[in-house]
Amino acid sequence: MSKTKNFAVVLSAVVLVCCGALILGQKVNAAGEGKITGTVKLDGTAPHMKGIDMGKDPFCSKAHATDPGKMETYVVGSGGGLENVVLYITEGLTGPAASQTATTEPVFDQKNCMYTPHVLALDVDQKFKVTTSDQTTHNIHPLPNPMTGNIPWNQSQPPGAAPVEKSWKAPEVIPVQCNIHPWMHGWFVVVKGPYATSDSNGAYTINNVPPGSYTVTAWHEAAGTQTQKVTVAAGGSGSANFTFKAK
Amino acid sequence: MQRNNLRKWSSVFGAAAVVAFAMPSSAQQTKYDFETRMNIESHVGNITGHAKDAKPDYRRYCVGCHGELGDGNGENFPWVDPKPRNFQLGVFKCRSTPTGTLPTDQDLFDSIGRGFDRSNMPQWSTFTKQERTDLVAWVKHFSPRWVGEKPGTPITIPPEPEVTPERIKAGREVFARVQCWKCHGVLGQGDGPSAATLTDDLGRPIAPFNFAEGARPKCGDTDKDIYRIFMTGLDGTPMPSFADNIKPDEAWDLVFYLRTLMSQHSKEKAMAKQLGLKPVDPNAPAGQQ
Ligand code: HEC
Ligand code: HEC
Repeated sequence: MSKTKNFAVVLSAVVLVCCGALILGQKVNAAGEGKITGTVKLDGTAPHMKGIDMGKDPFCSKAHATDPGKMETYVVGSGGGLENVVLYITEGLTGPAASQTATTEPVFDQKNCMYTPHVLALDVDQKFKVTTSDQTTHNIHPLPNPMTGNIPWNQSQPPGAAPVEKSWKAPEVIPVQCNIHPWMHGWFVVVKGPYATSDSNGAYTINNVPPGSYTVTAWHEAAGTQTQKVTVAAGGSGSANFTFKAK
Repeated sequence: MQRNNLRKWSSVFGAAAVVAFAMPSSAQQTKYDFETRMNIESHVGNITGHAKDAKPDYRRYCVGCHGELGDGNGENFPWVDPKPRNFQLGVFKCRSTPTGTLPTDQDLFDSIGRGFDRSNMPQWSTFTKQERTDLVAWVKHFSPRWVGEKPGTPITIPPEPEVTPERIKAGREVFARVQCWKCHGVLGQGDGPSAATLTDDLGRPIAPFNFAEGARPKCGDTDKDIYRIFMTGLDGTPMPSFADNIKPDEAWDLVFYLRTLMSQHSKEKAMAKQLGLKPVDPNAPAGQQ
């Protein structure tokens, strides 16, 4: 009897302490964290993207019967917004913000013989899933530089295959390809710390940024990289807009 | 542009291999000092290999292709195709371990003894076991991967079942379902629809294995070797791992079916002839071969 009681007391104490820590932890975060927002634009007319001939695979060409596939090197929205730009912090991160790993598990899908998304930004050690929605076999073959600590692998995904779960050990821009469908190529952009990817309007928001002064880097697979200095006040929002020229 | 990227890092490896060692760019490489490297060991059976003991043999027999720095840039580099392996990358074709992991010492020992058919990599059967094991340690000492990382866990291969006509037919279904023919062709002649555009991890053209021309697979020619090849993949090449998508029992069926595509005479080939087995039909709906 008294044993159970003791146990109950200890338990409630533990629960109290835990909840306290949780609430406190959240408070600290909520009060301190700000964000960096902005828009990425492409200057001038968007380069013409070549169409893709998927004739060698009937499944792929059928999937694109009404909407022919085209290269995704430059995806430009109305108003010149540049999609698939990865924005991340290259200077100024310290303490927990620098060592935390993002906990969401993004999905990299093979759909209609294209990669969705074309560019997947990831934190170091962040888990992600590679899935297939297609009725044709793909092989998913990332090509990191093994000298960075990221190791290349090559796995097949026939129709109905289970997702492949992976992560990367070091910051690196990693090309990924399907050898069976040579037009399929995309990118894993592995960075340390908070990041964002620009949407179809070129807009982005990097969340979970503690107050401080930072260098934000914008990376695009063909247009290159740019940096800007940004200051974020406690709970506030810093802003950085980028304009790229097509190369 | 993807090619450019590859070329970029392949030239980084080629020209600046020395720099890469002198200026470590990751924690892994910082720990990788000269002494750690020279003390690398290898274990094959009850033999322990020591890197430094293999130096003279490597200088004499291997350096011409694999290079002083193990970067595959020996003086024969321009004339050798496929290119000699760059040991600094720690990426190997013939492994008993899953894709993306290091091979075991036994795997490297076997590769050195076997040689690579259809390449300039000779068969080195004249070394004693001790010498070969020492060479394994020397091969490993070139890559920082062996300092921070353990070899993968070898895949399990269940005992080989009896070949039956049913198994050969089942193997044909697997060949069709997972679409080996996309690269290897419906007759296994290395001429599938995707064959022409294949490149290895360094961007060099590479051909899928032609089962019909009497060649030996690089990673071994026993049934077990062939099982291992498609269940682990040949890292550094387009040949992927199918471990997640072919069940162990089906894998044996597939091995038997692959035998029917090879020109060498075999029990399987005779059975296929009797069955009147036709090549898979790429246009047949799923499961209706
Ligand atoms: C005449 C050139 C040549 C010589 C000499 C040579 N190799 Fe090779 N080696 C190659 C080539 C070419 C490859 C790549 C073959 C391929 O990828 O198909 C290779 C691959 C390898 C591999 C990689 C195995 C794998 O699974 O990827 C190892 C290990 C190796 N060689 C060890 C040695 C050792 C040890 C020696 C000396 C005893 C040696 N080689 C001598 C040309 C050579
Ligand atoms: C994306 C294209 C591709 C697919 C799909 C593919 N292969 Fe391969 N395969 C290759 C290439 C390229 C090589 C040659 C590698 C080399 O020589 O280094 C190869 C080599 C091989 C070899 C010989 C390996 C050796 O040691 O020389 C075997 C056996 C093989 N593949 C079996 C299969 C089977 C079985 C499947 C289906 C389950 C399959 N492959 C699917 C591209 C592919």
